[in-house]
Amino acid sequence: MKLKKTGISRRNFLKGLGVGSAAALLPSVAPSVVSAATSDSEELMTLLDISKCTGCGECVQGCSDVNETKYPDPIKPYPEMYPASRAKPEDWTDKRDVDDRLTPYNWLYIQTAEVEYNGESYEINIPRRCLHCQNPPCANLCPWGAAAKQKNGIVRIFENVCLGGAKCRAVCPWHIPQRQTGVGLYLRLLPKFAGNGVMYKCDRCYNRINEGKLPACVEVCPESVQTIGPRSEILAKAHELVKKNGWFIYGEDENGGTNTVYVSPVPFDILNGAVEKGAGKPGLQAVADSMADEEKLATAIAIAPFAGIAAGIIKVGRYLSSSKKENDNE
Amino acid sequence: MSNIYFARFFKIIVFFMALTGVAQMPIFKRYYISDLPGLGWLADFYLTNKIHYALAAVLIFMVMYLATEYILTKRNSMKLSRCGVVRAALFALIIFTGVFRVIKNLPYVTMDPFTVMMIDWTHLVFAMLLGIVALMALIRGKSSYFEEGGNILKGKSY
Ligand code: SF4
Ligand code: SF4
Ligand code: SF4
Repeated sequence: MKLKKTGISRRNFLKGLGVGSAAALLPSVAPSVVSAATSDSEELMTLLDISKCTGCGECVQGCSDVNETKYPDPIKPYPEMYPASRAKPEDWTDKRDVDDRLTPYNWLYIQTAEVEYNGESYEINIPRRCLHCQNPPCANLCPWGAAAKQKNGIVRIFENVCLGGAKCRAVCPWHIPQRQTGVGLYLRLLPKFAGNGVMYKCDRCYNRINEGKLPACVEVCPESVQTIGPRSEILAKAHELVKKNGWFIYGEDENGGTNTVYVSPVPFDILNGAVEKGAGKPGLQAVADSMADEEKLATAIAIAPFAGIAAGIIKVGRYLSSSKKENDNE
Repeated sequence: MSNIYFARFFKIIVFFMALTGVAQMPIFKRYYISDLPGLGWLADFYLTNKIHYALAAVLIFMVMYLATEYILTKRNSMKLSRCGVVRAALFALIIFTGVFRVIKNLPYVTMDPFTVMMIDWTHLVFAMLLGIVALMALIRGKSSYFEEGGNILKGKSY
């Protein structure tokens, strides 16, 4: 097992033992792990009960252990790109150990928020990775078909097709996918003028799911923070927790609905204010449905052909009736 | 609308469709084009995508209008030129694959990743081919869709 230099400090270690964390002392219901086997009719959803997360980092390590073979392995030097001032290489090969943000070599990291709420202080740890949106703009807007959602709800970026233009990162409300230069298809197309590597993010351990196994982060968590299963089941569980404990939920409606829900004893806008944000460090802000306008415009596109045919028939009708009049007048 | 304005309007729509289509690839920012005054919007993927959608609705309306009119009245009197057939076919293919792109982007519609890739690639390839064919037609002075001058777009109204 490759040892990562981690942000798992002594403090986190103590928290791992259940010491010093208010969150660890909170009463919580342990949702049992429902079968991760793909259901044909429903997308898979994960529930993260972040009141239980101690920030031990086991999930981060687990993710890295099982997905290491999927990480980029570029050969240097990278081809020069044009224009150099704009097409800058993003190279994480010397920073493979970074685990306090999302990188091409780290698809999951733990955010921490120390907050006061209702006169109580909380330290909340939040595992962050791709949320697997139900209508993912990263996949919808990829011009190249390199990103797509599978029937089971997993949103993937196909590393052998991706050109690394990073549009998916630009349009993702959380800017989740991360780029590694010097790998992928662009090297064989126009390495100087188009593309810049491959985008990487959590693929929900699609291969493990296909084998009927759990995603690594779900499996290794000593606190059973995560539950995975068919969307309706998981949502019901999440709502049960929220109702029973007077908690808050994030992800159910964000960006039109994601297949990840977080439940927390502290409202998410407070957590959002307390977590460190920036490149590779997504926030917990409210997110409107990014594809909502496209949905409305799709209606116009659906009507357009019929309107066109109708207009054509009307035009021809007018022409025929006017030429008939002309003939009658002759 | 008289035919000459219809033709001009059609060309403008096609131009902006091509522009907003190309803008879906992350190149305008890379090549400083969106830095030019007034062109900043070209780097906004959501905006250009919405314009592309809206123009697609207009384009589909116009194409279906023209096709209906042609089939009902002019099919026997006006024959499409060879270059016209090629371009009309490419328009049809672009619209067809484009509509599939719109459908795949609807919530609750999930197509398998390979299909998605094929739709995206064919849409791109047909659009590029149309660009090449249109340019060739322009250079060779054969921009009419019809044999012997008569142009459903340019021609006088009957
Ligand atoms: S969170 Fe971002 S990267 Fe993940 S599916 Fe949604 S849009 Fe795509
Ligand atoms: S689901 Fe798999 S890939 Fe995603 S964060 Fe968990 S371990 Fe990593
Ligand atoms: S989710 Fe589980 S494994 Fe990951 S940091 Fe929290 S407690 Fe540890």
